[in-house]
Amino acid sequence: MSANQTTRKLTDLAKTIRSKNAGVDKITFDIIFSDHDNYELVKNSGSLTRETICALYGIEDKRISDFVEFDPAFAIKFTIYRERPSGSAGDPDIFGAQQYAPLLGLDIAIPGN
Amino acid sequence: MESTKIICPNGHLGFAPLKTASFRIGVEAKPDFIACDSGSNDVGPGPLGSDTSTSPLAWQTHDLEEMLLAARELGVPMVIGSAGDTGTNSRVDLFVSIIQDIAKKHLLPKFKIGYFYSEVDKEYLRAKMQKGTPINGLDERPELTEAQLNATDRIVAMAGVHPFKVLLDQGADVIIGGRSSDSAIFAASVMSRGHSEADAYYLGKVLECASFCAEPYGGKETVLGEVKSGEVLVTAMSPEQQCTVASVAGHAMYERSNPYHEFVAGGMLDMTKCKYEQVNEKTTRISGQEFIPAEEFRVKLEGAGKTGERFIGIAGIRDPYTIENVDKVIDWAKTQVRDKFGDNGYELHYNVYGKNGVMGDLEPIKEHSSHELCIVVQAVAPTAEIAEEICMTGTRQMFYARLENVKGTAGSVSFVLDEVVQTSPAYVWTLNHTIAVEDSLELFPTHMTEGGV
Repeated sequence: MSANQTTRKLTDLAKTIRSKNAGVDKITFDIIFSDHDNYELVKNSGSLTRETICALYGIEDKRISDFVEFDPAFAIKFTIYRERPSGSAGDPDIFGAQQYAPLLGLDIAIPGN
Repeated sequence: MESTKIICPNGHLGFAPLKTASFRIGVEAKPDFIACDSGSNDVGPGPLGSDTSTSPLAWQTHDLEEMLLAARELGVPMVIGSAGDTGTNSRVDLFVSIIQDIAKKHLLPKFKIGYFYSEVDKEYLRAKMQKGTPINGLDERPELTEAQLNATDRIVAMAGVHPFKVLLDQGADVIIGGRSSDSAIFAASVMSRGHSEADAYYLGKVLECASFCAEPYGGKETVLGEVKSGEVLVTAMSPEQQCTVASVAGHAMYERSNPYHEFVAGGMLDMTKCKYEQVNEKTTRISGQEFIPAEEFRVKLEGAGKTGERFIGIAGIRDPYTIENVDKVIDWAKTQVRDKFGDNGYELHYNVYGKNGVMGDLEPIKEHSSHELCIVVQAVAPTAEIAEEICMTGTRQMFYARLENVKGTAGSVSFVLDEVVQTSPAYVWTLNHTIAVEDSLELFPTHMTEGGV
């Protein structure tokens, strides 16, 4: 990061940050912005990428099945494989609904003037 | 071509009751069909494996009654897919009998009930496999093995539009479907009026979760979809909600890994070129969707198998030294279980709330600072007796954990109950696969009966 760059938390830039099962073997994460500007800002920041997700969740790249920038909805979404199918004994989150929380505090690089 | 309108009052009939006020507004718009989906694999493998519903009968009946009375009053078909959460044969029979009971109660004039099954016999699959037909895995799963098939209790196939269309063509007034692709329930209805597959599947895709395609957020409200000459219009019926470009486009990616492609039996809905436009405050128009037929007709299979009887135990920790050493506490209890029951033939799980109980290994915060922890212990074993003893050992032995420098020597954990509790048996999703079939109806036998007096 250059000296004149700052960061903002993803939670302050996105309208919706959520996670949910995508079938029985995957969990999908949606980060949705209310306007084009914040969407483009995050998309181009280099702070929300396959690499940063791997670092945040402590997973290898092969656990990520999809990483998609979805312009019509101002949304970035990615999907990860579960280690065991949803609802297996010991699965702590059978709907996959609470796995997004670490994204809230993700630092997004904001270019300086 | 004339426009076709369809309302969807609930994204999962029975899981929570539909909201009647917006449903009535939808009915007043005089739709050509009233349709919804009643299934989900979000509920875990238990209901499919044990052939039960997770939705209460009272809520299932409530929604079926609202929908049936409205559909008969308007004289339009009512279409339900994935009956009773799982779409097994017993759930289809249950919904058919609920419809017949409601009809009798309200003295409705006679009407035709079409239904189809989608359970797949294990021996049918075994015979296919022995003849060399591969059962391909989805989502990186390997091809189905006979061992995995043997570990399966119940299998359903995911129907596309085909059995629905057959029953609509035969004049069914009510259709109760076995396991079905959510979008197919709606797509079949509008395809029966001559609309394109692309528009029909897009309409199905957007309506399947009812008001989840509207904003502000609020489930179980009715949404109206309309197809006319190459475009789809979707309108929120609740006075509090709107279908906006953002909410409709946003829904295209809900619960799926790729927002551009929807795979169904017989092809793929391609949303890459979709154009979204706000028509008025409550309505969004979508155009540009395409449907790509599949070269090979493959059907998705879902299967669940029992892994054992299950007990849970609960324990708490408040001593900061014990919290710091919680892994050692758990290791002690696991060792006591291992000493008696060995390494295999059972499962023993610890969810440690206050540490990583919600996320497990995905939890980025490794250094926890909670002043108290809650530990949920789960034991799964072939019999209830063994599961109970393993769970009791795995829970109570935490009380006796031996930590070198602990001050409290009268018990390492707290209990809200000095007992372990039997839960539903444990199941696992054994099949998330596809099979190629020659005939689109091969796995979905259709039947016709009647209701009313």
